[in-house]
Amino acid sequence: MIQFTNVFMTYPSGNKALQNINLNIDNGEMVYVSGRSGAGKSTLLKLINLIDRHTRGQIIVKGQNLERIKRNRVPIFRRNIGFIFQNHRLLNDRTIFDNVALPLVIAGNDHQEIKRRVHAALDKVDLLSKINSYPMELSGGEQQRIGVARAVVNRPAILLADEPTGNLDPTLSWEMMKLFEQFNQVGVTVLIASHELDMIKNMKKRIIILNKGQITNETDAPHGLTLN
Amino acid sequence: MKQHIQTWLKQHAQAFFFSLGQYIKNPINNILTTVVIGISLAFPAGFYVFLNNIQIMSANWDKTIEINLFLDTTINEQQANDFANRILKRDDIAQTILIKKDAALAEYKKLSGFEDALNVLNENPFPNVILVRPVSKNINEAKTKKLIGDLEIMPEIDNLQYDNTWIKRLVHIIDIVKLVILILSTLLAIAVLLIIGNTIRLSIYNYRHEIEITKLFGGTDSFIQRPFLYTGVWYGVFGSTIAWFLIAVSIQILNEPIKNLSALYASNFNLTGLGITNTLRLFAIGILLGLFGSWVSVKRHLDAIEAN
Repeated sequence: MIQFTNVFMTYPSGNKALQNINLNIDNGEMVYVSGRSGAGKSTLLKLINLIDRHTRGQIIVKGQNLERIKRNRVPIFRRNIGFIFQNHRLLNDRTIFDNVALPLVIAGNDHQEIKRRVHAALDKVDLLSKINSYPMELSGGEQQRIGVARAVVNRPAILLADEPTGNLDPTLSWEMMKLFEQFNQVGVTVLIASHELDMIKNMKKRIIILNKGQITNETDAPHGLTLN
Repeated sequence: MKQHIQTWLKQHAQAFFFSLGQYIKNPINNILTTVVIGISLAFPAGFYVFLNNIQIMSANWDKTIEINLFLDTTINEQQANDFANRILKRDDIAQTILIKKDAALAEYKKLSGFEDALNVLNENPFPNVILVRPVSKNINEAKTKKLIGDLEIMPEIDNLQYDNTWIKRLVHIIDIVKLVILILSTLLAIAVLLIIGNTIRLSIYNYRHEIEITKLFGGTDSFIQRPFLYTGVWYGVFGSTIAWFLIAVSIQILNEPIKNLSALYASNFNLTGLGITNTLRLFAIGILLGLFGSWVSVKRHLDAIEAN
């Protein structure tokens, strides 16, 4: 589903964010990327949905070579990917319904379909009762779950989350990770960047450790992993 | 394909109503901007109406040229009267008025104050004069020229004067005024473009966050541009409406005094407004300026916002 071959990413400033990354994530896998801040976790995710372009090597996502996707095809490509941010990034002047509906409106679905899918997505994150509220009326954990609903409403094949629990307490964080697991169980490929190694070890999923832009450790049996 | 067109139409409808909603949501700023646009559009349109009225007025004058025929001094009053009646039979002459030389002398004595000096002369120095008014319907320069040419060669006529040089001057002045108005209109059109462009730029800046999110979830450039382009169109529509009202009100205010003035000149001149064609033109120009102004702004500023 996602394949990195000898990928380098150097920012125009000269910052070598990623160096010689080789990575293969299968369809339907759930994978964590961990490491200290500045290790290149965010960069890795940004390369997958073409927010940034890698400088060397090859990335293949859903059978598409990212180098061959021209600027004007990027929007269509991104519709395959749901993205979740650390600070949820909801639109505060829009209702929860409008926020979650955004990807569907962009894709040009008709109103009945939008309504049906928004209801389904909000039901999954257990916030259907807030459909007419505004983001500011919700708690931090609820806002983040709305962010998840927005990311999955278009039924993307891939879900990327950049420090989705960064602003949440441990209980809410754990619930959030369990929510991702539910989406993974219905076939969505999930890639989560998180520095909270102790928690993600307990999820018993594959973990990739980045350090200074390189993969230092990768295992399916995460016990004994450390950040160094 | 059909599905594609439906989606396209739906997204246009969404942008259309969304931009209208945004316009209404933020009334004070938008109304101020719209009034400025309206005034900027009202000036050129008002100039146009002014010029149009001058042209209508001067077109009437052009048709009422008068030809003065100074008859040979050997021709007496009876002969002059016969001659006036004879040339009246031409189908390009509407009216002839004979000013007898005695009457002319008497009037001149009265008006000039040279009565004593004139009494010294033993004969009347004035010729008989015939005022000729050509038929005003279907008149054109060639016809007028032919009439004058025909009259000139008649032996009864000593001299012939027709003064329409001032009308020709007026036509030239109008041409210059037209150019001035064209230059002013161009400048004001540029002002409207800048106002709309700047307003859209601020709007893009305000929606920065939303634009970023929309790009991240696969919004195409045209999807993101559309509401801003429609906003430009709304500015054009509402600005034109304001301009139209300003002109209509001005005409209402001016019409009565101008009627009174033209009554003094024995004319029943009425101010002409924009009319349907020119109203449509005003709206078309307003909408095009709005669309173009927002398009330039969107091209310049939207690309600068990248998803991150």
